[in-house]
Amino acid sequence: MATDDSITQVGDDSNEIAPFPGAWAPERQYRVDAGAVSLAVHEWGAADAPPLFLAHGGFDFARTYEVFAPLLADGGWRVVSWDQRGHGDSDHTELYSWDGDMRDVMAVMDSVTDQPSPVVGHSKGGALMLQLADAQPFRFSQMVNLDGLPYRRPIPDASDHERTTTMANEVEHWLDLRRRVATAARKPGTLDELAERRGKMNPRLSREWLRHLVTVGGRHDDDGWRWKIDPQMRFGGFGPWRPEWTITRLPGLAMPFLAILGSEHEAMGFGTTARQVEKFLPDGGRCVTLEGVGHFVHIERPETVAAMVLEFIGAPAQAGAA
Amino acid sequence: MNAVTMLQHGKVSLALHRLRDGDGRPLLLLHGLGERAPSAVPAWCDDWTGPIVALDFTGHGMSTVPRGGGYSAETLLADADAALAALGRATVVGRGLGAYIALQLAGGRATSVRGTVLADGPGLAGGSVQPTSANYVALEPRQTTPDPYALLEMSRDLRPPDYATVFVKMAIDRSGLDEPITVAAVTRPPWLAGVVDEVGVAQAPIREALATYQSID
Repeated sequence: MATDDSITQVGDDSNEIAPFPGAWAPERQYRVDAGAVSLAVHEWGAADAPPLFLAHGGFDFARTYEVFAPLLADGGWRVVSWDQRGHGDSDHTELYSWDGDMRDVMAVMDSVTDQPSPVVGHSKGGALMLQLADAQPFRFSQMVNLDGLPYRRPIPDASDHERTTTMANEVEHWLDLRRRVATAARKPGTLDELAERRGKMNPRLSREWLRHLVTVGGRHDDDGWRWKIDPQMRFGGFGPWRPEWTITRLPGLAMPFLAILGSEHEAMGFGTTARQVEKFLPDGGRCVTLEGVGHFVHIERPETVAAMVLEFIGAPAQAGAA
Repeated sequence: MNAVTMLQHGKVSLALHRLRDGDGRPLLLLHGLGERAPSAVPAWCDDWTGPIVALDFTGHGMSTVPRGGGYSAETLLADADAALAALGRATVVGRGLGAYIALQLAGGRATSVRGTVLADGPGLAGGSVQPTSANYVALEPRQTTPDPYALLEMSRDLRPPDYATVFVKMAIDRSGLDEPITVAAVTRPPWLAGVVDEVGVAQAPIREALATYQSID
């Protein structure tokens, strides 16, 4: 839980930030202690406006919302986002897990309000918020999910033996990585090199945006730029988790629910379609697909998505009244 | 005369205890949930002629207590794999939670693990076989072992039988052993009942299983 003592400035808004039209640095940055884990919180909008929470996706960070969040703040909201553990300016921890992320969210929310608030989550952040809404519905007034609904993968045309071999290779590869992880370090590079590397994960996003991200999500050491994310975090891995275990929480939600999907599937997304979501929608829930848009709907179409969100959640109660 | 070696797994230091020296292939003991490496050689493996070593999992015994939990069977598997990396090849006995981890090690490192025994012990069942309504709770930070987050999280992780049996198939496909896994546990939660039903899984008391594995290369 946050106390005044635990709140300190984070980040360094130096003149090294590569500009991007419409991108605004957070108006307030501070830290919240989630138990022994220190999390970086970033806010846009009036400090006394009603809060709206914004959860980022895996391998992203709160400042990837630098265009989208100010648009929501312009609607009269205090937009609160945080770096998940291992991401952005939050602590790099020994262990990473879904439950750990969930407890971190609870600490951030508890530090801001004890009232139900609108919550928007993208990708993994959307899936996390869906599970939190099922477990702790009292925190939510409305929920918006931005392309963050995992769904069952198509069953591959593979024999049992082939599946066992694939899994064995995945486990062995992952264990090999874990054996080297103690000495893992992010490779340094120039600003353009880091932008190019991230472009492989974000092929639809502009070079100008990716350069901006490097300067707010990376740090500049003597030997070059490095992403701040914990080098021990890796894509992939394995476990008993199944994609459908998230979406099956959806039908039981009582708060108003809106999903905004992109029609263009890409590697960072779940590839879920509106047709797959439809049968899981709670009463009154809506699922909208933006045509010609990829997984990062709020980055490709910030104005459109912000307008949809603001219309869906309605006008905030007057500042200070919440 | 227990010698302790600290192994590095990511940001965690793991304690590997040598309980007894010996000739031949080492026997690796994996403890149950909330336990730690035994201080002396347990009676059930007294006949083992090779070295006998025991690991403290993350958050247990002399190993690091992580900040803010975040445990999973997969990271404990990588703990066990760090011990295996130090030993080369080994026969493995797991108790309770350690049995579930030993099963995954048998599948994930099928050529290095020469026989795995799954035994009763704390944390054997884990959580359900499918999602539950288990809620999320934050605990006060503390630095003593066993870590309460380990006790909380590893008593409720989901263990579907058809996930557990993939590791059996991996062990059978790649170990070259007819029966790479022996179930000694009397109690059989769903994941273990699934394992027992697989072809190539033996059932025997720990001593008998170890006598069999002692005789293989």
